[in-house]
Amino acid sequence: MNAAILPSPVVGAEAAPPDYLLAVEALTVSFDGFKAVNDVSFYVDPDEIRVIIGPNGAGKTTVLDLICGRTKASAGSIKYKGQELTKLSESAIVQAGVGRKFQTPSIYDDLTVFENLEISFPRGRSVFGALTFKRDAEVRDRIHAIAETIFLKDQLKERAEFLSHGQKQWLEIGMLLIQDPELLMLDEPVAGMSVGERIKTAELLNQIIKGRSVLVIEHDMKFVEDIAHRVTVLHQGKVLSEGSMDRVKNDPKVIEVYLGH
Amino acid sequence: MTNPVQTLTKSVTVNDNPFMKPVEWLSLFLLAGVILVVLPLMLDGFRLNLVGKYLTYAFVALGLVICWGYAGILSLGQGVFFGLGGYGMAMYLKLEASSIENTKIQSTPGIPDFMDWNQITALPWFWQPFKSLPLTIVLAVAVPVLFAMLISFAMFKRRVGGTYFAIITQAIAAILTILIVGQQGYTGGINGITDLRTLHGWDIRTDSAKFILYFVNGGLLIACILAAQYVKKSKLGRILVAMRDKEDRVRFSGYSVAGFKVFAFCFAAGLAAIGGAMFTLQVGFMSPSFVGIVPSIEMVIYAAVGGRLSLFGAVWGTLLVNWAKTSFSESFPDLWLFGLGALFIAVVLAFPNGLAGIWREHIEPRLTRRAKSLQAPEPAIVPPHGAPAE
Repeated sequence: MNAAILPSPVVGAEAAPPDYLLAVEALTVSFDGFKAVNDVSFYVDPDEIRVIIGPNGAGKTTVLDLICGRTKASAGSIKYKGQELTKLSESAIVQAGVGRKFQTPSIYDDLTVFENLEISFPRGRSVFGALTFKRDAEVRDRIHAIAETIFLKDQLKERAEFLSHGQKQWLEIGMLLIQDPELLMLDEPVAGMSVGERIKTAELLNQIIKGRSVLVIEHDMKFVEDIAHRVTVLHQGKVLSEGSMDRVKNDPKVIEVYLGH
Repeated sequence: MTNPVQTLTKSVTVNDNPFMKPVEWLSLFLLAGVILVVLPLMLDGFRLNLVGKYLTYAFVALGLVICWGYAGILSLGQGVFFGLGGYGMAMYLKLEASSIENTKIQSTPGIPDFMDWNQITALPWFWQPFKSLPLTIVLAVAVPVLFAMLISFAMFKRRVGGTYFAIITQAIAAILTILIVGQQGYTGGINGITDLRTLHGWDIRTDSAKFILYFVNGGLLIACILAAQYVKKSKLGRILVAMRDKEDRVRFSGYSVAGFKVFAFCFAAGLAAIGGAMFTLQVGFMSPSFVGIVPSIEMVIYAAVGGRLSLFGAVWGTLLVNWAKTSFSESFPDLWLFGLGALFIAVVLAFPNGLAGIWREHIEPRLTRRAKSLQAPEPAIVPPHGAPAE
């Protein structure tokens, strides 16, 4: 019984383990002829924190949409731990270990904070699994621990609808945390927050990015400099520059289109 | 048991997600009491049978609470599943009533009379399984559920939802009615399947049989309420609510949305089918007039009036609307449809959560306030901790 539930060991493990956690190659998507993402390639190492920056309309969010399966690629490939993601459904991509935080807080308003976290707990994801899901001590302890981390332990029984904007953002981060993805994608995690919330969020993010790869879209340069291992600059759907923050900052092309004004 | 604080915290952690809250248990006992004790004592056989008929619609309304209220999938075609369940049962009963002995005046004895009238000389293949009672009981639920699975899988996989889904279910209700009416020789046509007599040799037309069937129906309804409560209370129930709110987000929590929607729709179809089968048994016939668009929409109104988020509300709503329909249409048959329309508009505009919403928002708070004011002095009377009371 248990053996069927546990993930089976990877077949063909003798093949060399992929060097990159995520390999995006020649990725293109066009909407009615307009190429929102055009021949983009980049590679993310395990435990790397990669920030994608670029002016509005550069295709940053579209890249995340493509990776998490929300948008289907027109051409190119996205390999996550050697597995092609472009053919998988959104839920299968999540189950493979990719988590995504959306730009606007995306939580379940009608459920309590506890229930929001519970739904994100990575167990009982099939119809019958959900029907027979038991709220046992493991689930409870995990939810309480995470609620503590995201500063919401006193709000567990509150309906998510009544949280403040910042609290909603934290809740969504908590929902990702409980999902425990190996690749975490964050779309402007500190946008629209008060200064106090921003500081707390940065602290929170620093805590949760340990031990996983993170792909972040952010405009706040101070924040980017603080966390980024490497930066990829997108412009008009193409990779303009890539490298350490210092390198990118001094790249004349980047200064011209993005940092200059 | 020595430390009251310890027992208190323990009970809090254990009971934070009980199967049913005390008030829900109370509602269940109240409903069961009314259905199984009060009404049988109060009403004569004819009226009780009428209530039994209404209660078969309550199965549909229960399904709609899960499917529409919780999962947000509005189906305007529940009559299809009610009808398929009802027809399944009617086919069995009809075959039993069409023994060679009973039908010896026909040109082909041993087949239902309407087939004989339509120059059909052998029992069609899809009627064959309905010779067996166990098989009939299985098929009366399985056929509608599989049909629901087929429809919903095809649509939800392609992410067709909302209004489009509602319109398609309505179209299916219309198509099935036309099909049944058109294929008179196989289905009994517009008249339906009538003149049903016995269930495995037990005459269902007698008063005592009707009385027993009423209780079987009531018992099944309570069982279905508990089943629906289980679904509602499970994590699946919360996923349905999450889906209703933000379908896309649920995908990114790692769930395949289509599968959950298919489940909700099939669950509702299964309940409707049970109702349909019980309808045939109690009323003694089945016809296309319970399959089409009008009955399907009426069923949605039962759930809406009772409250689409409340299982008990849906049952009360069904009883109330049907009681109103019967008493109203006895005196003003032409006006009933206007009354029904007005009721629906009133529900949508004035009390969107139906009777259950009125109860929850206006009556329950008052009751709890009163209960609290009665309980308030109590803690002072309770002796301080550890006092040996006995």
